This record gives sequence, structure tokens and C-alpha cells, in this order.
Amino acid sequence: MTQRIDPTRAAGVPKAEVVKELSMLKQKDMIAGNYEALTSAPQTGRKVASTFVPGNLNELIMCFDLLNNLPEINAIQNGMRKVSGELILEAEKHGHSEDVCTYVKADLGMMAKGNLSPNGKPLPRPDVLLLSYTGCFTFMKWFELVRDEYKCPTVMLHVPYQADGQVTDNMRSYIVKQLRETVIPTLEKVSGVKFDIDRLRGYLAESAKAEDDFVWVMESAKNKPSPIDAYFGGVYYIGPIFTAFRGTPDATEYYRLLRGEIEERIRLGLGPITPEGDMKEQRYRLVVEGPPNWTHFREFWKMFHDEGAVVVASTYTKVGGTYDLGFRHDPRNPLESLADYCLDCYTNRSLPQRVGQIEKYMNDYQADGLVINSIKSCNSFSAGQLMILREIEKRTGKPGAFIETDLVDPRYFSAANVKNRLESYFQMIDQKRASAHAA
Amino acid sequence: MAETRTTAEIVAQCQALFDDLEFTHSRRWKEAAPGRKVVGYLPVYVPAEIIHAAGMLPLGILGGGENLEVIHGDAYYQSYICRIPRSTLELGITGKFDFVDGFLFPSICDVIRNLSGIWKLLFPKVYVRYFDVPQEFTDDVGGVYYEKELQELREGLAHLGGRPITDEALRTSIALFNENRKLVREVYDLRARTPWLTPTSEVYLVMRAGMVVPVEEHSALLREYLAAVQAEPRPMRDNCRVILNGVFCEQPPLNLVKAIEMSGCYVVDDDFMLVNRWLLDDVPTSGDPIQALARAFLHRSAETAAKYQPDLAKKGQYLLDAVRDRAAEGVIFAAPSFCDPALLERPMLESRLEKVDVPHIGFKYAENSGQMQPVREQAGTFADSIKLWSSP
Ligand code: SF4
Ligand code: SF4
Repeated sequence: MTQRIDPTRAAGVPKAEVVKELSMLKQKDMIAGNYEALTSAPQTGRKVASTFVPGNLNELIMCFDLLNNLPEINAIQNGMRKVSGELILEAEKHGHSEDVCTYVKADLGMMAKGNLSPNGKPLPRPDVLLLSYTGCFTFMKWFELVRDEYKCPTVMLHVPYQADGQVTDNMRSYIVKQLRETVIPTLEKVSGVKFDIDRLRGYLAESAKAEDDFVWVMESAKNKPSPIDAYFGGVYYIGPIFTAFRGTPDATEYYRLLRGEIEERIRLGLGPITPEGDMKEQRYRLVVEGPPNWTHFREFWKMFHDEGAVVVASTYTKVGGTYDLGFRHDPRNPLESLADYCLDCYTNRSLPQRVGQIEKYMNDYQADGLVINSIKSCNSFSAGQLMILREIEKRTGKPGAFIETDLVDPRYFSAANVKNRLESYFQMIDQKRASAHAA
Repeated sequence: MAETRTTAEIVAQCQALFDDLEFTHSRRWKEAAPGRKVVGYLPVYVPAEIIHAAGMLPLGILGGGENLEVIHGDAYYQSYICRIPRSTLELGITGKFDFVDGFLFPSICDVIRNLSGIWKLLFPKVYVRYFDVPQEFTDDVGGVYYEKELQELREGLAHLGGRPITDEALRTSIALFNENRKLVREVYDLRARTPWLTPTSEVYLVMRAGMVVPVEEHSALLREYLAAVQAEPRPMRDNCRVILNGVFCEQPPLNLVKAIEMSGCYVVDDDFMLVNRWLLDDVPTSGDPIQALARAFLHRSAETAAKYQPDLAKKGQYLLDAVRDRAAEGVIFAAPSFCDPALLERPMLESRLEKVDVPHIGFKYAENSGQMQPVREQAGTFADSIKLWSSP
């Protein structure tokens, strides 16, 4: 099942030789293939849609033979390849405030510096910006800024916020109507391809297959020891399903492979694979809230696996859909299903819902504590996280840790601070355990 | 007939309302009759007509300002989040809103959006609603959605008040708010014509009063102010005319407005408290009042960073129009620190201004910024350069 490859060529996983499983290779090929398709679009004549990860309508985009370019993914790739810092500075040089979301600045800086994809070739100008506005207001500003640059057709899909913890018929039908009356006609016009709802149904059915396996994978962390790390490893597992591959047989195949590999790990009683090999002892089971830092991803992960801390559930792996809470794309109700998908992405859920979800993870995954990685860039995630921390500590009696980093701005990753904070946090968990034993 | 007050007396009253973090005036309104209720709202827009039609007092909440010491609020927010949510929480936690029965959190940004959830967790007994508005502006799509949202708000408030909100009551309220918006526009127009008569530090306070007093009272106050300022000559200065943009949510300290004025600028337009002129024309007082409010929002409402502009060609046009209509010579962008909407909007607006050679400067503030010297210097240099270039 495993083979050795040159990992410096794998997206964002530099340095020493590591074990690569087939699923990893498969994903690497998929990503490389998508970048190749994107960067060769001027030659192949394929049209390109740019859109965001949360609430992305990949199945719909594929109905129009459009390629899907996700600027957040570009920013992440640039973060992991340690070039985001200079891109952000470039954007700041062009008048963007140091205070705003660094994904936006990494993207604008990348555009200003030739828009090079990780394969070294320039990304094409998008033919359409699909502004699916889910879970974060900054998306709207982001694509308004990008639109200013490309002057290309831009179509908004406004997804109302689930403020009261439920999806109402009004929300759902508002989204469906936007899909019918603006999104689909715009994509038809841009692509020249007529919309075929049966084609959409086919993709949705394919998505649902992959989603089943994906959920199984994420829930495998309920095992002790956990065969996966649901945060640092989880960000790889979400790759296909959150991006340009949902609804493709490739994604289904990826999750089938992954599931098989994890079944094997469970059978062998193995822990997660880290960049430094199999994780051995699992001393702390954690839930993590918030996105990771990408510029120091490996270093950050190491601070956990060195201490025997495994993440058993994370909220970041739900930004592109809350499949573990039961949602599946449904070919019988294609547009409604897309609406429900958009509505229930993690950052579109109310703060009380988020608290409830984390509390459930703490219990279901028998976690020892909650770590919040608070991201300077991201108001959508971060505003309210201290409240979340209090509530979770109160409701579960388990200790929480609060660390602050950024997504792709290396200026805001202070390794010493984060490490200190985590070390004292792990000690705190030990003390809690000791006093529980004593009692 | 009440005695005519001077401008100074009117402004002093507004200043007292502004300074009063106990919201005494609003409390008294509530206590004046049994069963009265107060519903607070944050920036940038809510249809206050519906609150009014429920017999309740809409209370505009704009943070704690420069004089509030924030102790508890800081425990809820990281240092890289703007100040308005923490000072608003401070007011909540210290009981300053103990007379407020409901809160509306409009869809302006993720911070206020998430504050709605914090509020639900911290104050489970009060009515809390996140007030969503469409970003799609056709009658059949965004319109239908928004009308239902308005109906839900109407029902929620009716439940809170224990009595239905009739169409008739809504029409009456719409008429009162139309009147108020007309007066607000008159003040803004007068200021643009004769800014030396109506300094913005005063206009600001007069508008702020409208956040805490009933609309009928505020309209009377506006009338009184309009009459008073026009009756009192004030010297005209050789100031340049600027528009202040970006101040639609967290408020700068009043001293910042004064610093801009003292540095030689007349502010001839701004985006403070957009709620009082969000709807650009009179809302019809006949027909279905909910539909009338919805249509006004969709087709004739103000633009700001929190609202999508579907048409690239129209992006920022409102600011260019304001520059022309108000005969402004420059734009001062002032944005709260860490405010994604205002700070991300700014470069787009700047590029529009640059195309037509309108000078601009920008800075950040917090509601409790203390040092005004840098602002004064920056605005002063800006004013001097404008005067230099515009002199014959
Ligand atoms: S603010 Fe957060 S959710 Fe929004 S674009 Fe930035 S990183 Fe993404
Ligand atoms: S100041 Fe800006 S970021 Fe802060 S709450 Fe207001 S709009 Fe949101």
C-alpha cells in the first residue's frame, strides 16, 4: 500500500523523505492535474470559473465544462511554499491594509506578481467569478477587488446566515431562485453550454458516494488510538471533497483508497502518519477549532505530535460542508441540495451552533481538551472564539487552550509563543488528570 | 409655545445624550408608560419603522465611545478585532442595557454577525435577531426573500410586544420616518451649502441624538436645529470641502471630527449613522407597507461596504456623485482598525477617485483613540495641498 517518493515535490510537504500512501499520491496527481488544466486553459480553450471553498458549487460548475480555480487554495499553496509573505507585502505596497484578511492579500499580491500557479505557469484570467457568499463577508469584498482587476462577469450567490440555528424555507428558496435565475443563466452564457439537470444529478450522486467514505474517515478518530489526525492530517483529507473534485470519480476513488488505508491502520493499531513517520504514543486527544497556520504548517504540527497530542476532531474540516452532521448531496433534489449544502457550511452556522458542535465533538470523540487556533485574518472564525472557549470549558469541564497565529502571513507566527502555550496546556491536562485520579 | 433655543443649547442637549452611557433618556421613555419596550440595533441598517410600529423605541447602539473603560469586553475579543463589539459587550455585561428588551444585529460583517450569537449565549432572556438583508436586488428573488425576513421580524416583535403590528401602524411609522429622513437630508444639504453654519461636530451630535430619542422627538429637534443655525450668523472660513468615508460602524471619537475641522476642513458629506438616510426617497405610505420597505431597500438605498454592488460600472459611483453634488474637493477615508469591510472597500473607492483626480487621504482609528495630533497634521497638510492646487 505504501511507497517512497520524493516528497519535496508533493504540494506543501517539503523536507525529509516520508512515507506516502496511495491516497496521497492520488491526491497529489489530482491537484497537479487541475493546475495543469488551469494553466493550459489558454491553449485548450477551456473556460475558468473562480470560486470560494465554503459553499462551492463544484458539481454545478462541472455541468458547464468549466474549470474550477479556488483562490483560497492558491493562497494555502503559497503559504506552504513560503511565498505568501512576499505576496502579502506586494498587496500592502499597493495600498491594502495590514489589518485585513491575508488570503485576500496573498491572492491580490499573486495577481500582481504574474499569478503563478504552483506549477510555475501563470493561472489564466477567470471567465467568471462565482461569488458564492457563504459564511464570511470578506468573500464579497475579495471578489469585488478581483473583479476590479479582471472586469469579468461576476455572479453572486448570497447565502443567508443560519443565525437561529436552522435553515428556513425562505433561505432555501432564496438560494434556489438565485441558482435558477442568475447563477445558471450566467454560467450558461459564459460557457456556451446548456444546463442539463440530469448531468447535475449524476455529479451529485457521485459526490454523495465520496461523502460517505469521507465521513467514515473523519469518524475513524473515535478509535483509540486514533488512526488519523483530524486536523493536520484532516486538511489533506478534505482536499478533494472541498475543492475542484467533488462529484468526480477521482474523488470517489480517493476516498475509497483512503478508507482502505485507514481500515488497515485500525487493524494494525497504528496512529496517524505524520511528516516524520507514524505517530507512536497518543497522550492527548484534542479537538481543534479554527484554521491552521500554513506558513509553518509542519513546525506547528510537530508541536503536537512530538508531545503525543492527536487531534480527533476539528471544525476547520467542516468549512466546506458538515457531512458528519448528516448532510449528503442529493440527486433527487439537486438545487435544494446545493442550497442546503451552502447553508450549513461551518462558518455559516451560528455561534451557539458552533459551540454545540464542538461540545458534541468533545464528547463523541472523548477528547481531553479544546485548542483554539485563533487566526488574525479571519473575523468569521475568530470573532467570538473566546466565548466559545468559555462555554466549552464550562459545559465539558475540560481545559481549553487559546493560541493566536495567522493563515498565510508569516509575520504572525511566533513559534516560541505557540510552543510555550501548548506545553503549558499539556501540563494542565496532566494535572487535571492527576487530580481526577487522586479524587 | 416653547421658548426658542439657541444652537448651543440644542447641541448641549445632544452632547448630554451622547455622553450618557446610562441611556437615561431612553430609560425614561420606557418608564413613562407601562408595557413599553425598547429594541436596540447595531449599524448599519434596520427598518426602525417596524420597531416603532410595534410601539417600541428603536435604540441605536454604536459602541461605548471614548469614555467607556472596557474591562469585561476585552476578555471576549482578541486584540486584532475592532473595538465596537467589545465596548458593546461591556455595556451589556455591566447592565447598561438592562432596560433593553430586544437586540437586532444587522448583516454588516462577521464581527457583528457573530456578536449576535454571543448575545444569545450571554443574554438568553432577551429577544435577539440577526437581521439579514438580501445581496440580490430583484423583486422576485431578493425582494421575496427580504419581505419574508421583514415579516419574520414583524412577527417576532409582535410576539415580544404582545400585540400584532397592523399595516396601519406600519404606514403611520413609515410616514414619521419619511419625515425624519427628509429633515436629516435637509440638514445634510444645508451643511453642504453652508458648512460654516453647521459644523460636523455639531451635526454629528444632532444625528446621534436620533439614535436614543423617539423619532417624533428627533424630527422636532432637527427642525429646531435647522431654524437655529440659520438664524445665527457664523464666520465663513477658508476651509476646504471634504467627504468623510468609512465611519459607518465603529465611531471615531468626537475629537477626531473636531481635529479634522480644526485642521481646515469642512466635512460636507459623511457616512455616519447611515440608518437615518439609508432609504433615499420617501417610502410609499399606501399599499403593502412591508413590500414598500422592501422595494425601497432593493432599489433606492444607500451604498456602503457591506452592500454588494452587482454592476462593476456603478461601483463607487455614489462617492463620485457625492463629490460632485457636494462640491467636495477631497475625500478623507477614516476606517476603524481591523475593519475588513471599510478597509477592503477603500482601495476600490480610491481607484475611482484617482480616475477623476479627486485627492484623498486615509487613516485608521479606534473609538477610543486618544492622540489627535497625527490626524490633525495629516488632515491639515491635506487641506493645505488642496487649497494650494485649487488657488488661481
Ligand atoms: S476572513 Fe476567513 S473565511 Fe473569510 S476569506 Fe478570510 S480566511 Fe476566509
Ligand atoms: S467596525 Fe467594521 S469590522 Fe468592526 S463591527 Fe463594524 S463593520 Fe464590523
